[in-house]
Amino acid sequence: MLTIPEPYTVPDWPLDATNKVLVLGLGNMLLQDEGIGVRAVEHLLATYRFPDRVLLLDGGTLGLDLLPYLEPDIDLLILDAVHADLTPGTLIRLEGERIPMALAQKMSMHQVGLQDLLAACAFRGGLPKRIVLWGMQPDRLDWGTELTPVAQAALPDLIREVVSELEGWGVKLQ
Amino acid sequence: MTENPGNGDHKTYLPNISKSSTAPSNSPPPTETIVIDPLTRIEGHLRIEVKVENGVVTDAWSTGPMFRGIELILKGRDPRDAWVITQRICGVCTTVHAIASVRAVEAALSVTIPDNARLLRNVIEGAQFVHDHVIHFYHLHALDWVDIVSALTADPTKTSVLQKSISDWSNNSPEYFQQVRDRLQNFVNGGQLGLFGNGYWGHPAYKLPPEGNLLAVAHYLEALEWQSKYIKLHARLGGKNPHPQTYLVGGMAIPLDKTSSAAITPEKVEDLKTLARDGLDFVNRVYLPDLLLIASFYPEWTTTGGGHGNFMSFGDFPTASGSDPANLWMPRGVVLNKALGQPPQPVDQQLIQEYVTHSWYDYSSGDQQGRHPFVGETRPNYTGPQEEYSTLAGQEKYSWLKSPRYNGIPMEVGPLARVVVAYASGHTRIRELVDWVLRSLNVGPEALFSTLGRVAARGIETVAIAEQMDGWLDQLKTNINNGDLKIHNSSKWNPATWPANTDIQGYGMTEAPRGGLGHWIHIRNGKIENYQAVVPTTWNGSPRDAQNQRGPWEEALVGLPIADPAKPLEVLRTIHSFDPCMACAVHIVDVNNNEVMKVYVDHS
Repeated sequence: MLTIPEPYTVPDWPLDATNKVLVLGLGNMLLQDEGIGVRAVEHLLATYRFPDRVLLLDGGTLGLDLLPYLEPDIDLLILDAVHADLTPGTLIRLEGERIPMALAQKMSMHQVGLQDLLAACAFRGGLPKRIVLWGMQPDRLDWGTELTPVAQAALPDLIREVVSELEGWGVKLQ
Repeated sequence: MTENPGNGDHKTYLPNISKSSTAPSNSPPPTETIVIDPLTRIEGHLRIEVKVENGVVTDAWSTGPMFRGIELILKGRDPRDAWVITQRICGVCTTVHAIASVRAVEAALSVTIPDNARLLRNVIEGAQFVHDHVIHFYHLHALDWVDIVSALTADPTKTSVLQKSISDWSNNSPEYFQQVRDRLQNFVNGGQLGLFGNGYWGHPAYKLPPEGNLLAVAHYLEALEWQSKYIKLHARLGGKNPHPQTYLVGGMAIPLDKTSSAAITPEKVEDLKTLARDGLDFVNRVYLPDLLLIASFYPEWTTTGGGHGNFMSFGDFPTASGSDPANLWMPRGVVLNKALGQPPQPVDQQLIQEYVTHSWYDYSSGDQQGRHPFVGETRPNYTGPQEEYSTLAGQEKYSWLKSPRYNGIPMEVGPLARVVVAYASGHTRIRELVDWVLRSLNVGPEALFSTLGRVAARGIETVAIAEQMDGWLDQLKTNINNGDLKIHNSSKWNPATWPANTDIQGYGMTEAPRGGLGHWIHIRNGKIENYQAVVPTTWNGSPRDAQNQRGPWEEALVGLPIADPAKPLEVLRTIHSFDPCMACAVHIVDVNNNEVMKVYVDHS
């Protein structure tokens, strides 16, 4: 029968949370490896229990809608497909200023992506105190809801890196 | 699908673009071609090519990315799940694809949704309009009219006087504007103006005084804060995920109750009403006054950028259950040849056809005939250049977008189309607002058919829609208080109740902020057999058709003056006025090429 989701329960940290961490999966899961960030978040949620101070979000391709989550006092871990002219499936780690930012002239508000989200955040008054991006060079971006075999194979490595990154931030997973 | 350059390796077909350092010439050559090619994303992209003769655009070609392919994913799936997948087409347009999809399936199954579901859909959709239009104005389109760098020289006291002259918004003191200016100055000093890279700062086509620019920068920032509060309307009605989870074929999956904490209660409706009222307040006291202020400095933009003058609105926001178009608050109709004084023609969806005469597809029935979405085909046939190229003009096929036409006619869709159709229909509130805006700008109704007319229409409908939110929420509250908690019609939920061994079809229409959206579904034996989505930007950004008629963007660009071919701000203003939906869907980070848009000028 129908599962009725509960409205009015916006995903958020508990009110008393400190040392907040946001794990943000980005990408379009209809375009194969474009969805690697979202798939990684799904995988993390299904595999581990996280402390309350860690919020995992499937950000999809949402742009400025995600701005309220990017508070200056959080640690932000972004998972996304990254285009860096590398062998497909290669994992990439970027930190801080190496993550591209831009609020430039663009043709469409649909080009409002991560770069603009971070830039708007900076202009608004402050980026999260730590930002790390873990990504993967995609193999294919054709229509399809499944990752390519290359990305499937790389996903466990990506998860391992993410877990190790979070442990480095003092996050204990169960 | 490696033959699809819309998604694959783009290096083989992108033009060889080098950053043009061409200085504006005092005596430009008689003919120039300007190409604007945004390169943020790895996938197919929007590309505009215009031919300029003696400083005026004489022809234009719009090339869009391949948007289709969704039918490949949907074929064979449960029709009740289609909306979950279609809303992922785009992160900005989640709601509109969800609603078009559930409406298409409901039409195929002949399901009528309960009144509460109608009201909640109106509220979610209304909030989408208000949010989207404000963001479009301040965060996409404003930089076409507002020179950020000029704001640094503004006098905060004069800015305060200007602010007080246009609105009673409370952030109006000299100290406030001084703060904003300091903040901007710090931002620039920190070398971060690059965030607004590729802006044409100092371009002669910027006309606002420094104080107008500073005021707009202040509201750019305020709108960022405002939107993050206003979007809570969606979050609260959408369930636990940033993507809405509460649509349902037959109604909504939002429990209603007088007291339960797991449901929408009258108390929570009150909270939603407060959010909606704050939204209306921002629109009335910030967005609309800013729009009028900016427009007053650009009178020349009320006479150019109009296009064909043919408009179509599918209409939306039903005022009663059922699918009778007479009950749509935002009316449905077609207006041809700018005929504001005549009642619009009804929309007959059977007259919608998509052409591929100039698109990189071929049809089994030949490329000269259009096809209705129910018999739509997506057979890629890329015939464009394999090597690097600088121009697509003169190519028989030049876009991945198909050309939808209504009764063979290119139609503009979007805010201006809705406002024109509503005006011609005698819609009281829209007429009042249009007449007031025209009077304020001291222009006649013909000014609507222009680049700025489109910008104004967007603001006008934002006000009108934001005003409706309170009434919809009130009605919902009354229903709950009266014990009417029905939210879903489950009579056709079970596929066993569907007609067996027969093909059923349905279509769902909605108005997305950027224009009319239609989904067409064909169900066979309980599964999706075919699915087609015709999106607003396909109407507006389409290439030529079998009759060689330009698409609405192409037509709107013809006649535009271009001050500096190396910085074609005028082209951006006009394309942006349509609020294009392009390059959606892909969210990849490109570490090697942080360039957002390149401009290529060919002096031939």
